[in-house]
Amino acid sequence: MTFFLQLVISGFALGMVYALIAIGFVIILKCSKAFNIAQGHFVMIGGYLGFTFLVTFHLPVWASLLAAIAVAIIMGLLIERFTLRPLVGQPVLAVIMMTIALATVLEGLATLIWGGEYKAYHGVLPTITLKIGELSIPSEMLIGIMVSIVAVAILMLLFHYTKSGLAMRATAEDEQVVQSAGIKVTTVYALSWVIACVVGVIGGIILGGVSGVMIPMAMVGLKAFAVVLLGGINSIGGAIVAGIMLGVLENVAAGYLDPLLPAGGGLANVFPFIVIIIVLIFRPYGLFGLAEIERI
Amino acid sequence: MGLPSGTFSQSYAQDMAIFRTKAQWIILLAFLAFLFTCPLYFSDRILTIMTIIGITVISVLGLNILTGYCNQISIGHAGFMAVGAYTSGILCAKLGWSFWAALPAAALMAGIVGILFGLPSLKLKGFYLIMATIAAHFIIIWFILQFYTVTGGGDGLAVPRPEIGGFVLKSKGSYFYLVMIIACLATFVAKNIVRTRAGRAFIAIRDNELAAEVMGVNLWAYKLMAFFIGCVFAGVAGSLLVHYVAFATVDQFPFMNSVWYLGMLIIGGMGSTAGAIFGVVSLKLLDELVIIVGPILSAVVAPQAAASLGLIMRGLVIILFLIFEPRGLAHRWQMVKAYFQLWPFSH
Repeated sequence: MTFFLQLVISGFALGMVYALIAIGFVIILKCSKAFNIAQGHFVMIGGYLGFTFLVTFHLPVWASLLAAIAVAIIMGLLIERFTLRPLVGQPVLAVIMMTIALATVLEGLATLIWGGEYKAYHGVLPTITLKIGELSIPSEMLIGIMVSIVAVAILMLLFHYTKSGLAMRATAEDEQVVQSAGIKVTTVYALSWVIACVVGVIGGIILGGVSGVMIPMAMVGLKAFAVVLLGGINSIGGAIVAGIMLGVLENVAAGYLDPLLPAGGGLANVFPFIVIIIVLIFRPYGLFGLAEIERI
Repeated sequence: MGLPSGTFSQSYAQDMAIFRTKAQWIILLAFLAFLFTCPLYFSDRILTIMTIIGITVISVLGLNILTGYCNQISIGHAGFMAVGAYTSGILCAKLGWSFWAALPAAALMAGIVGILFGLPSLKLKGFYLIMATIAAHFIIIWFILQFYTVTGGGDGLAVPRPEIGGFVLKSKGSYFYLVMIIACLATFVAKNIVRTRAGRAFIAIRDNELAAEVMGVNLWAYKLMAFFIGCVFAGVAGSLLVHYVAFATVDQFPFMNSVWYLGMLIIGGMGSTAGAIFGVVSLKLLDELVIIVGPILSAVVAPQAAASLGLIMRGLVIILFLIFEPRGLAHRWQMVKAYFQLWPFSH
């Protein structure tokens, strides 16, 4: 039972991070209608930024987070201004291709700056291991859960109670109407790329604290995509529920089934995909998504 | 469209012909003659590049039928290549089949797995289908790693080179001929599949699924057929790749390859056989350029950073290309062709 609960708790922590990254995905998906291949690479960059600020510069956790967020904001603004704004009004496929190219550049930059090596920073976070009965929650996970809950809450508030949030939701509905209502769509785009970068970087720092950073970490972006679809594209709340669900399922499946498999498992990396195929067959628009009505 | 002035169709056969004028036939024959004499004047290194380009062309032609014509976007094509690769690798290495029997078996197996993962396509659209194909890639690779007793798992699998009646295709030149013959056949088949009843059904599905269904196109059958055909091409390409390298590992089929195949199609222009070939050739040549220029750049900037500078350069070239030509190479090619057809008049 303890083993099970331990798996559920770490799965929950993982799931919150997935949900956080997934929000970045949903935002880009909604405003540009494009599938952002580079989302996972933002996460990877975030992990390396965490390493730089926490280990190389010896900053405290809160200062590292703020510094990384500042870098993410600049990164988001630069990416939007120089690569995506020239594509406004072009086919969606061009935007997807642009994110592929961005992913390549970010991977190259990470290799250039950090040498593309495995970096870990377990020890640097404060040790406040929480004990509930026999369960122990390591500090990395605790910080991860707290940070992602705060970040998700801030984003929800931003979307629902601020003018820019309203503008973003409106742009997702209909770009032309929003433009004729006098809202600057380019600002909304810039804001959405900044948010995508920031959530990616925060997710990267948390994941890096739990399991270290390396280039293949960028594949996390795909799991975030699975989360988005499981929750349904139109629903941010759905992304959170689906994120936690996938995180817990993945961890429990890996914990119990991996020892039974011939080649030692690695089930954690495919399990979300198996779940998503099964769910999508029965609910093609995700768990909480709206069915699209098609007309000729 | 795009014909020199003075070319008129006097029969249906003439109207449907792919090559309409004598000049087109001459260009085609000259190109084929050049292609099949390449081993005479190129070094082994260039032949290797051309062989890999040929193999990739086969795979991307399949993806073009699936994605470009039938609009079932797939980011799992490298996974389907892996199915073909391992099928023919295992049949040849473990069961002692000849390559010529294993190649069709690999194609068939990849097609069947393609159908299996295409099954959700009747219900799923757009991003949801992309997800299903991404899932296909990871599940296939995971299966290959799990069944290591048969597939060799992470250690890989040594695969023999094909032979014809005792003559082993060991040299780069001989394998180049094999790949190019199959690539030409694949181009011929791909170009003609889209002109058949099935091809027209694919295009109808691409343009408007609902309208196609109302017209009586059997969505279920034709979508699965598109998956089957696309994955058969991938299976052939995968099989050719591992027999060329004489070794099969899952590292030959990374996820980013699946993404890049789609990228090649976007760069070349979706839904055009020539576009698929353009895309593959230009992106592969860009890779080679990066391999040549990368070390020179890194010698100037940072000595130990050749790999990363290569990646950054590749990304930047594509970014710049997209900013100036977001509609792809095929679009630019059409404009160049139109210019020369009308020359010296402007329109």
